[in-house]
Amino acid sequence: MTDRPTSPLPAAGPGRGGRQRARTIAQIRDGNRDEPGDSHAAGGTAGSGDGRVPPSAPDSQSSEQRQRPVVLRPTAPIVPAGNISGRALILVIAIMSFLSCLTVGITTMVVATAESWQSQISREVTIQIKPAEGLDMDAALQQVRSAVMAVPGVTTATIVDRAATERLLAPWLGDGFDIDTLPVPRLVILSVGGETAPDYERLRQVLADTVPEAVLDDHRTWTDRLVAMARTMSLFGFLILGLMLAATALTVIFATRGVMAGNRHIIEVLHFVGAETGFIAGQFQRRFFLIGLKGAAIGGGAATLLFAALAIWQTFTRATPLNDQATALFGQFLLPAGGYLGIALVILIIAAMTTLTSRYTVMRAVREIDRLRADPSLVGIS
Amino acid sequence: MIHFENVGLRYGMGPEVLRDLTFDIPKESFQFLTGPSGAGKTTLMRLLFMSLQPTRGLVRTFGRDISTIGKEELPLLRRRIGIVFQDFRLLDHLTTYENVALPLRVRGKEEASYRNDVIELLRWVGLGERINVLPPVLSGGEKQRVAIARALIDQPQLLLADEPTGNVDPPMARRILSLLVQLNRLGTAVVIATHDLSLMDRFEARRMILADGRLEVYD
Ligand SMILES: Nc1ncnc2c1ncn2[C@@H]1O[C@H](COP(=O)(O)OP(=O)(O)O)[C@@H](O)[C@H]1O
Ligand SMILES: [Mg+2]
Repeated sequence: MTDRPTSPLPAAGPGRGGRQRARTIAQIRDGNRDEPGDSHAAGGTAGSGDGRVPPSAPDSQSSEQRQRPVVLRPTAPIVPAGNISGRALILVIAIMSFLSCLTVGITTMVVATAESWQSQISREVTIQIKPAEGLDMDAALQQVRSAVMAVPGVTTATIVDRAATERLLAPWLGDGFDIDTLPVPRLVILSVGGETAPDYERLRQVLADTVPEAVLDDHRTWTDRLVAMARTMSLFGFLILGLMLAATALTVIFATRGVMAGNRHIIEVLHFVGAETGFIAGQFQRRFFLIGLKGAAIGGGAATLLFAALAIWQTFTRATPLNDQATALFGQFLLPAGGYLGIALVILIIAAMTTLTSRYTVMRAVREIDRLRADPSLVGIS
Repeated sequence: MIHFENVGLRYGMGPEVLRDLTFDIPKESFQFLTGPSGAGKTTLMRLLFMSLQPTRGLVRTFGRDISTIGKEELPLLRRRIGIVFQDFRLLDHLTTYENVALPLRVRGKEEASYRNDVIELLRWVGLGERINVLPPVLSGGEKQRVAIARALIDQPQLLLADEPTGNVDPPMARRILSLLVQLNRLGTAVVIATHDLSLMDRFEARRMILADGRLEVYD
């Protein structure tokens, strides 16, 4: 066992003996002694008979201290809030999520517009009856109507009557022409918006059997082209969205790792003062979740506001050429529900990415410290 | 409490920094670890703190062979050792008080349960007036004492101090040494690594001297 000190040490403070200070810390130790599970505190008892008094003993020093209560600031978080790199990270995340949400919004709008084209057009089918020698047009119209109604999938069949046909032709033939003097084709408009689409071949067959002059126009060429275009647009939208999200993910991950690199010393200190890895990860995760959420919410919120502003602009400038073009391309700027959902999803995913990246970085840093511990031959290399 | 047997350590492909170390750190003991700069004092402290494993030989800490300790268990075992790093390793965004309270905080303790202990300890190390100060504002000796207080706050069984007087003037060095001696009287084993011979002359204690990678112990 060690020699006990043979010479008195210089007093460790103005006018106060070491014994008194020793007693002070003895009180600290006694105060903590009765904590459950603190099995190793036994060190304080043996060999330290000098200077120990019961904790309750009157003590001029501590009563003097009690007169000056210590004011502490609210305990700061272990991972510092809002330093410069943290703010830069928020900015980067905000910009990337703004762009991502913009892409999400535009893609969902384009897809919705494309879908509405498809559904509107394919909900209507026209039958045209060309006038011919000896054809009783009115009878033919009725025949066609009742014949096609029998085909499953056709919900209604409306004859475009004389007056309506005249109105249709008026722009070309002028008012007051006589429809009976001209060989004007007549129309029956079928709506096929039911559950099952009609079998167009069968419909054609039925028409050929009843009124050979009737021609079915299912707008197929026109529809097909539009559908193809809509598909291309959607596909293109999703492609851009995918690229955008990938770029965002990479940027967010690398920016987070950059900021985490500046926090390496905190991880080390926490590790060395006895923090478990889960605790350290928890501290960082909490901070970086907030950073991610804040940045993403700013960016996503800005994108949402932009769409709202565009929708308002669209309402107030209806029928201007610019507006018409924009509307044709994007449809209404009012985001479809999927757009809002997508933006919310982007915000959450970005927040999750910053959180998980910070967690992963902590784990990796601790693993690294541990690897060096296990194999000092690596210390020199790293 | 700690037992080394034929311990050797090398960094990278370099020579063995420590060779054939065999010694004990008994409970409640006090020792100086000394030797010229570059002799391997810090390296030995890292071995004692279990932040390095020997490249050969056996280290038993609290009765456990440290090569068999899992990484989940390590932080828990380390809580019984307080360490004062040569470069302090204080967190600059935390006040003196918060830095000292950190070990308790990471153990999940409530602030109310340790507040008075931390303040008491800070007064004991003579930092009663610097409780709300951030480390960048502190002098070398003050930082040193914050680091010591942080190492002590959870009542470790062993305190390791690497060059605790390396950055301070002689009066402050004496004061720090006296704190550590008092701590030892209260039952904590203390290892002080220092190359300062005058410091050792101030207090008679066991001396462990490192030279050429080998250790001589003078009880
Ligand atoms: N991380 C390291 N990688 C390689 N060599 C190291 C490393 N740390 C210390 N050394 C070498 O080990 C020897 C002992 O260093 P150290 O333990 O810091 O000595 P001391 O603390 O006694 O000054 C020195 O020669 C030093 O160059
Ligand atoms: Mg050193």
